[in-house]
Amino acid sequence: MSHYEAPIREPLVLGDKSYHDITEDIAKPIEGKANKNWYIAFYISLAAMLWGFGCIFYTVGTGIGVWGLSKNIGWAWDITNFVWWVGIGHAGTLISAVLLLFRQKWRMAINRSAEAMTIFAVFQAGLFPIIHMGRPWNGYWVLPIPNQFGSLWVNFNSPLLWDVFAISTYLSVSLVFWWTGLLPDFATIRDRAVKPFQKKIYSLLSFGWSGRAKDWQRFEEVSLVLAGLATPLVLSVHTIVSMDFATSINPGWHSTIFPPYFVAGAIFSGFAMVQTLLGIMRKVTNMESYITRMHVEYMNIVIILTGGIVAVAYATEFFIAWYTGSPYEYYTYLSIGAETGPYGWAFWSLLICNIFTPQLLWFKKIRRSFIWSFIISIVINIGMWFERFDIIAIVLSKGHLPSTWWRFEPTFVDVGIFIGTIGFFFVLFLLYARTFPVIPIAEMKTILKSSGESYKKMREQGLPTKPAINVVETEGTSDKSTKE
Amino acid sequence: MYQFSGKLKTFSLALIALGLIGIVISFASAPSTIDEAKEIIAHQSSHGDDHANTHEDVKETHQSTDAHHSQEDAHHSEVKKEHHVETAHGEHHDDAHAEHVLHQLQNKPWSALYVSLFFFLGISLLVLAFYAAQRVAQSGWSIVLFRVMEAITANLVPTSIVMLIVVIAAAMHMNHMFPWMAEGVFTVGHENYDPIVDGKSWWINLPGWTIRSIVYLAIWNAYRWFIRKNSIKEDTANDNNKTFKLNYNVSVGFIFLFMLTESMMSWDWIMGLDPHWFSTLFGWYVLASLLVSALTVIAFVTIYLRSKGALPAVNDSHIHDLAKFMFGFSVFWTYLWFAQFMLIWYADIPEETTYFVARFNEYKLPFLAMVVMNFVFPILLLLNSDFKSMPWFVLIGGVVILAGHYVDIFVMVMPATVGAQWSFGIPEFSALLFFLGIFIYTVFSAFAKANPLPKGNPYLEESTHFHYYNIEHRGEGSDNH
Repeated sequence: MSHYEAPIREPLVLGDKSYHDITEDIAKPIEGKANKNWYIAFYISLAAMLWGFGCIFYTVGTGIGVWGLSKNIGWAWDITNFVWWVGIGHAGTLISAVLLLFRQKWRMAINRSAEAMTIFAVFQAGLFPIIHMGRPWNGYWVLPIPNQFGSLWVNFNSPLLWDVFAISTYLSVSLVFWWTGLLPDFATIRDRAVKPFQKKIYSLLSFGWSGRAKDWQRFEEVSLVLAGLATPLVLSVHTIVSMDFATSINPGWHSTIFPPYFVAGAIFSGFAMVQTLLGIMRKVTNMESYITRMHVEYMNIVIILTGGIVAVAYATEFFIAWYTGSPYEYYTYLSIGAETGPYGWAFWSLLICNIFTPQLLWFKKIRRSFIWSFIISIVINIGMWFERFDIIAIVLSKGHLPSTWWRFEPTFVDVGIFIGTIGFFFVLFLLYARTFPVIPIAEMKTILKSSGESYKKMREQGLPTKPAINVVETEGTSDKSTKE
Repeated sequence: MYQFSGKLKTFSLALIALGLIGIVISFASAPSTIDEAKEIIAHQSSHGDDHANTHEDVKETHQSTDAHHSQEDAHHSEVKKEHHVETAHGEHHDDAHAEHVLHQLQNKPWSALYVSLFFFLGISLLVLAFYAAQRVAQSGWSIVLFRVMEAITANLVPTSIVMLIVVIAAAMHMNHMFPWMAEGVFTVGHENYDPIVDGKSWWINLPGWTIRSIVYLAIWNAYRWFIRKNSIKEDTANDNNKTFKLNYNVSVGFIFLFMLTESMMSWDWIMGLDPHWFSTLFGWYVLASLLVSALTVIAFVTIYLRSKGALPAVNDSHIHDLAKFMFGFSVFWTYLWFAQFMLIWYADIPEETTYFVARFNEYKLPFLAMVVMNFVFPILLLLNSDFKSMPWFVLIGGVVILAGHYVDIFVMVMPATVGAQWSFGIPEFSALLFFLGIFIYTVFSAFAKANPLPKGNPYLEESTHFHYYNIEHRGEGSDNH
């Protein structure tokens, strides 16, 4: 794209890196052995996952009655977790698709992991509706398939069915997008592999990538087409999820702002989760040169922006609920009734985690600090969980009839399954960090000369640096690139 | 440097004069007494078979949208009901009906002015917001368009002044556009008393509304004045990007304030026309509509100025990017339109469906045509990557988009203020001409006043070098790639 970069922009690759260094750095976690920290993290996650699976088996074996649900609050903990995980899955596609369309080069350090996060998060999300069915082996009944079960047919009026289509489309497109981007990097790992078994696996994964010009041309075209397809998907998935809430909690209660507000909230929580994961990963896999303070700052700016949109949406919800003058709005999740009622703690947790804490990021010192960003990102993750919990539990706890009023309290099974999905998510992510190139090797090389720290310095000193694609003229500074 | 040509100046002044004459005529020809209104009603119903039929239709829809009317001006239907009890179908009913029509007819020139005013004011405001967003995002591609955007925001000043006049006129009860401003709406026991609106008196009240309106205009104009001055200062500052960074920080503050004031402005100025109705999405829906229009206007002014040779640094890639935004935000607008419509339709609560019932019954053609113009046309015309870099294609697509979003605002305002009495005639057309004339005059004279290239911007080089990889720049050698 545009090859010129203004000197005022901060470098995206720190240190004096050559093309070969990039390959070495990124292939290292795959080719080397894991350290102790990795094993500790892995076993903790695995234990949590197994505990969660135990709770799932208990639920399926005994029945949904082991959850804290009642006839008035037919879903609470499970749908909260479902929406929370789907929301986390949003940043991946946003970073890979929308930032690609906006030509943001800083995405290259984080897009691979963000996409992986998307896919793993959608797996966790998908678990909840399936478990909640009670008879998960009949899960395929949600699909509109010809059947012999008499009048069994899906209800096209239900947003839950729209979810089936939206989420499965999203998962497929995200998976294809992720894999397409991985092809040249898998090929790099394949070509470097020494053990025959490893070579075999990576050559299967790389779909026979040859690195010819035609491969690259198709690669770029497909990337753009997929980005174009994925961008409306970012909007559609959480729009549909928001409609689960907007159309079906209490009869008649709905709010038209939900679709865009949920999308903004999903990106907000997704970026918070990327921040959490990359905070760990850059240390564990020694990616400090590629995931820099500037990347953290940019992600924090996106968090402030989407958090601001969410804050405006909260304010709008609060305002309009009041403005309607309808008594049924007095006890929605953002109202005086919620604040003074038995769920006041949940109401304040939401505001403190989602609205007040992110405001710290206005300070440049904080938003460029790794540890502060890490802490704030976890607080936001908690806040976004409370957002969904508040919408469901608070609204359902006070229906139109006082005889239906009820308070939801989770059982140990509810909590166990949630912890289990967190464990499962980290198990997948940790395995990914050891087997996949966590930063796109090939794409990183395209920005080295325009955005690498050492090249920027050379330009400042007036030394010539030719564009990275111009391999013929290697005089002067680009002798390092000939190592490749 | 660009010179604002005498020809264009004369043209814009002619538009202003023509528009002004039309506006004066439409104000003068509006009925001022109930008898005149009755005459017009009688004239409408005795106007051949076709017209009689349509009038019957209108009457029917009046019945069927009773919910809407009782929402919009509860006092009227209450008055009607009382009279029904006392003198069934008596003279009083006709009087109440005639008074209603009289108010609608008196609203017509005001509403026509208001629709165009809001459209042009909103476009200038959203160009300002888009410009601020470019600064905040530290984008590189758009720097060569900065002076174009700044010039368009010059139109914010005259439109804000007209808005201020309209706000004060409304506050002085010179029109009936906002039903809650009628006498006695907040007085218990008054025949116009409306308990629902009275319940919102903490928000809907005349002093609050007027002060808020002034505050919005003040915030927007203050930022515009500041950023324009300091953007020109950047050119010669040579202070190690100090001015540039200050402009960045102020723009961040503006985006923050803009997000708050834009929503509130749409509640006050548009949603308040139907004071019973509410939709949480409304603020962002208005935002999307104005943003598409603003991007289209940036593209139009850029294409025009480039054709005059005033923007040598702008190439087809810049046009391509603008067209991408036009396309993308058209889809985004449709998304919000659908989200709002779908959720209200799905819940099917009379308080909220009245909004769409009124529009669907009395405004079917503009209401549906707008969705086609704002969604189907941009998809067909601007989906193709090659088309997006062709100026004439962008112009065709843009004309449809601008017309579509004018109709969008028309359909937001008119059903609440003039009801079934709407039409597109002298009042609407002359208001458009008037504001178009002001737009041309202010924008191009503002553009002529500054260097078309923001020389001091550190990202300028990125913008002049900008070349999207699959676009062929016409009129350039291939060695520029």
